[in-house]
Amino acid sequence: MLSKRIIPCLDVRDGRTTKGVKFKNNVDIGDPVDMARYYYEEGADELVFYDITASAEGRGIMLDVVRRVAAEIFLPFSVGGGLHSLDDMRAVLLAGAEKVSVNTGAVRNPQIIEEGAKAFGKQCIVLGMDALHVGKSEQIPSGYEVVTHGGRKSTGIDALEWAQRAERLGAGEICLNSIDADGTQSGYELTLTRLISTNVQIPVIASGGAGEPQHLADVLSEGCADAALVASMVHFGGYSVRSLKDFLHGQGVKVRMTW
Amino acid sequence: MIAVVDYRAGNLTSVMTALRYLDHDAVLTDSPSDVAAAERIIFPGVGAAGESMANLRDLGLADAIRDGVASGKPFLGICVGFQILFDHSDEDGGTECLGILPGNVVRFAENMTEGDSRRSLKVPQMGWNEVRFRGSHPVWDGVPAGSEFYFVHSYHPVPPDELVCGETTYGIVFASAVARENLVACQFHPEKSGRPGLCLLDNFCQWCP
Repeated sequence: MLSKRIIPCLDVRDGRTTKGVKFKNNVDIGDPVDMARYYYEEGADELVFYDITASAEGRGIMLDVVRRVAAEIFLPFSVGGGLHSLDDMRAVLLAGAEKVSVNTGAVRNPQIIEEGAKAFGKQCIVLGMDALHVGKSEQIPSGYEVVTHGGRKSTGIDALEWAQRAERLGAGEICLNSIDADGTQSGYELTLTRLISTNVQIPVIASGGAGEPQHLADVLSEGCADAALVASMVHFGGYSVRSLKDFLHGQGVKVRMTW
Repeated sequence: MIAVVDYRAGNLTSVMTALRYLDHDAVLTDSPSDVAAAERIIFPGVGAAGESMANLRDLGLADAIRDGVASGKPFLGICVGFQILFDHSDEDGGTECLGILPGNVVRFAENMTEGDSRRSLKVPQMGWNEVRFRGSHPVWDGVPAGSEFYFVHSYHPVPPDELVCGETTYGIVFASAVARENLVACQFHPEKSGRPGLCLLDNFCQWCP
């Protein structure tokens, strides 16, 4: 039986990890390679790196981080942030990432999903999407709208339609972040997660809102997520990946317990 | 020297990185003569059967793979490099494969379910799942029972039972590893599967069948 995955997410700026609360006031919490190693030992099933570096200089630093992580951590990991072309994707994959994640770039240019899937395989292409609850309307039948720039920009695109379109274009996985829940630590957005996950064939990683172990159990069962992204919970102590897995296992959620 | 066969089948960086980490000399190569000269062969792969077979033929590697297996050298197939060892794959509208192992490669059925859930399983299977190894074999010696490995696939081979040496459950029980003489092959990615995967790769690199 396939295990539900627990995926620590590391935001990286200029080669250092940060964690934004609602994407503001990022706090530097360390070296991404050290943190990746730590989570690997703790039983993380996969890792996600978001490069929030703005400068071209910083992008070279990120590739170096990817190479250093790949040299000693033998888990799948994805890298997202600022990947706008096939060349950007290729550089990250050749540096050792298993997957690349596109978000705003794909909203602007959906063809990048198709081109990426054709060039590198569907399993490499993760669609990152930020969704905001706006209520049902003619334009947004699901009631959830795709937003960008940490929720500051609306797109007029329905979240469910976008997820299904991305799947048709060749996305291999969706990392679904709820802007409403992100940073609140009051639980994942279960309605949104269930809506998307049960209406696509590709795996959905739930993101945003994790504050306690029960939240993971909820999103992996009731929310129908295939994986759960965690950040603050594990970065700032309180919970280890191992303790989360012990809890989930006790709750009857299938997780990988041997590593 | 280990030859890691490069037939344009996705990203092979991680196989090379894992071998470097384990301190085994390996070369990533698309040259039939390198494959012929190697002491052991790793045949990895990510992607679709049709394109993989077309690339192998274009590069003149199909015979090099067959000869490599026939020569008795230790040979490891991974993922698509496992699937295309068989006679035929249903992928890409039907693809004739290498025919080194008997059997066909089929797609997971739609609407498979598991446990109490009535929700159908997703295809592809993506993530960690247990491999139940049958009997002992030098290549998985020391891999703890119950170990899980990383899978990404929509298709799986259906080999004759005597070849099957690892089984995994995803809606159905399918063959996730096979072995025959100097050949072992697996559906999962040992290079992405943490310590159990590294153990398996390291064992392979020292195996003298």
